[in-house]
Amino acid sequence: MLLSDAEWEALRLSLAIALRSVLFSLPWAILVAWLLTRRRFVGRTVFDAFVHLPLVLPPVVIGYILLVLFGTRGPIGGWLDRQLDIQLVFTRAGAALATAVMSFPMMVRAIRISLETVDRGLEDAARTLGAGPLDRFLSITLPLMTPGILAGAVTAFSAGLGEFGAVITFVSNIPGETRTLPLALYTALQTPNGDTVAARLAVVSFTLGLSGLLCSELLARAVRRRLGR
Amino acid sequence: MLNVELHKRRGDFTLDVEVRAPTPGLVALFGRSGCGKSTLVNLIAGLVPPDRGMVRLDDEVLYDSTRRINIPAERRRIGYVFQDSRLFPHLNVLGNLRYGEKRALKRGVAAQVQFEELVALLGLGALLGRRTHQLSGGEQQRVALGRALLAQPRLLLLDEPLASLDLARREELLPYLERLRDRRSIPMIYVSHQFEEVLRLATYVVLMNAGAVTAQGDLAAVSRLPELRSIVGPDVMGAVLAGEVRTVDANAALAQVRVGAGELIVPADGLKPGQRLRVQLLARDLIIATEPPRALSVRNVLQGTVVSLVPDEAQTLQVEIDIGGTTVIARVTNHASAQLELRGGLRVWVLVKTVSLRGHVYPLASPQAD
Repeated sequence: MLLSDAEWEALRLSLAIALRSVLFSLPWAILVAWLLTRRRFVGRTVFDAFVHLPLVLPPVVIGYILLVLFGTRGPIGGWLDRQLDIQLVFTRAGAALATAVMSFPMMVRAIRISLETVDRGLEDAARTLGAGPLDRFLSITLPLMTPGILAGAVTAFSAGLGEFGAVITFVSNIPGETRTLPLALYTALQTPNGDTVAARLAVVSFTLGLSGLLCSELLARAVRRRLGR
Repeated sequence: MLNVELHKRRGDFTLDVEVRAPTPGLVALFGRSGCGKSTLVNLIAGLVPPDRGMVRLDDEVLYDSTRRINIPAERRRIGYVFQDSRLFPHLNVLGNLRYGEKRALKRGVAAQVQFEELVALLGLGALLGRRTHQLSGGEQQRVALGRALLAQPRLLLLDEPLASLDLARREELLPYLERLRDRRSIPMIYVSHQFEEVLRLATYVVLMNAGAVTAQGDLAAVSRLPELRSIVGPDVMGAVLAGEVRTVDANAALAQVRVGAGELIVPADGLKPGQRLRVQLLARDLIIATEPPRALSVRNVLQGTVVSLVPDEAQTLQVEIDIGGTTVIARVTNHASAQLELRGGLRVWVLVKTVSLRGHVYPLASPQAD
């Protein structure tokens, strides 16, 4: 196609980082959605607000918080570096983490909505048929949540392809390591005569975003049809 | 024996009940909507926690607040057929049927209900591969019934399983329930606010009103109680008698049925000689004569003695008459009673038209069929 090697690289990086971020955050998003929907506990409202913070905070602030926490001298980052030899700053893993944090509320929301539509009566029925709590969740609740989980995952993936502020703040803009599509686009705009590169990258982003949303909708529809709704 | 003593407060509704029902058999929980029937079965199932009380099935204690026993619903082995079938939409019919069975067998429960046998009994063979939303309402309830039974329950709860179905679908499902009752393998609690269903299915009846049990007993006994009349009204009241078919006249489509010491001619409707049945004699359809009647079209004349006269809330009298071995109840106006000088101990003849018995004859399993 018409893309240069560097542009291909940015595209591949974006896809890889978005995928990693989704895979990493999905189980947590399901857990958090379940806690927020099904459990009544002290501090639930505060927890709910906390989960939604990335929606309202400037992404730069998120990136900054991540730097403070996960930097090699930060409380978590230092431990990871020393104990597990994992570095997050300036790496793809860090980019995936920043992306995951940013798309987390979106994912939780989609999953939560689908969990709220799961008929508790079906879980009661499963109970009378001998299914314990974990068994019920895995055999009834989770399958019935799939439309929301898929929608959440695909939307988070599409959004993750374009995460900018938190990524550039936390892991900087390193070609071949953390320079994803939006970062490459930003770089192109800063470069003399970079307009055509920027335009191409914009078209790519646009196409990816649109197909992601379409894909999510089609998947959700197919699952709903399977569930007979 | 099913022993239930439960207390539960929910907002300003209080449920306080005691039920002692023989097992096996079909116990009908009967009462108006909102009297607490569904709450009671949810408490028995363990889906809703009681405030205090006890649930005991034969020798097994499922719940006892004083001994701090509370077996969780998933280990009570109590099957539940809900009003809205609650089939799992992500599984097909087979997956739904196997859901509870798999878990029961994994726990080492002996399979009393065999899959193939049950599928045949409920006529589910052709449906196994279907998705649940492709089923009709009646089919859904049959699958729900099968699913509950395959979980190998010790007790089956049915919460108005026919309520969401139209008349034709009800008729489609009722024979399956009758068959299940007549196999006498599993005790059932059947919630209903349709008296017709109770007459057809129940062996034992628990009447409920405003969170309390107002009366309980065999269907025949309960059918004569004023507590039942206050729920269904006087027009559909009538003593239920146990009977056995003696002869059937296929040409005339009539059957001769022995009830107590007397005999009734009833519409035959597929009855066979030797078949046991129950027949409800509507109180308002019975005519009382103080002399042997002559030259009437009425086929059924039962000789008896007046036991009691009780005024009811509709300005009429409920006259209980011993017809030898059992009693019937006739409803007459005060005026008629005064003119006939009805009183306890009076010898009377009770008349009932065969035609008026249509729809009030409920066959039970014939002894040969067992």
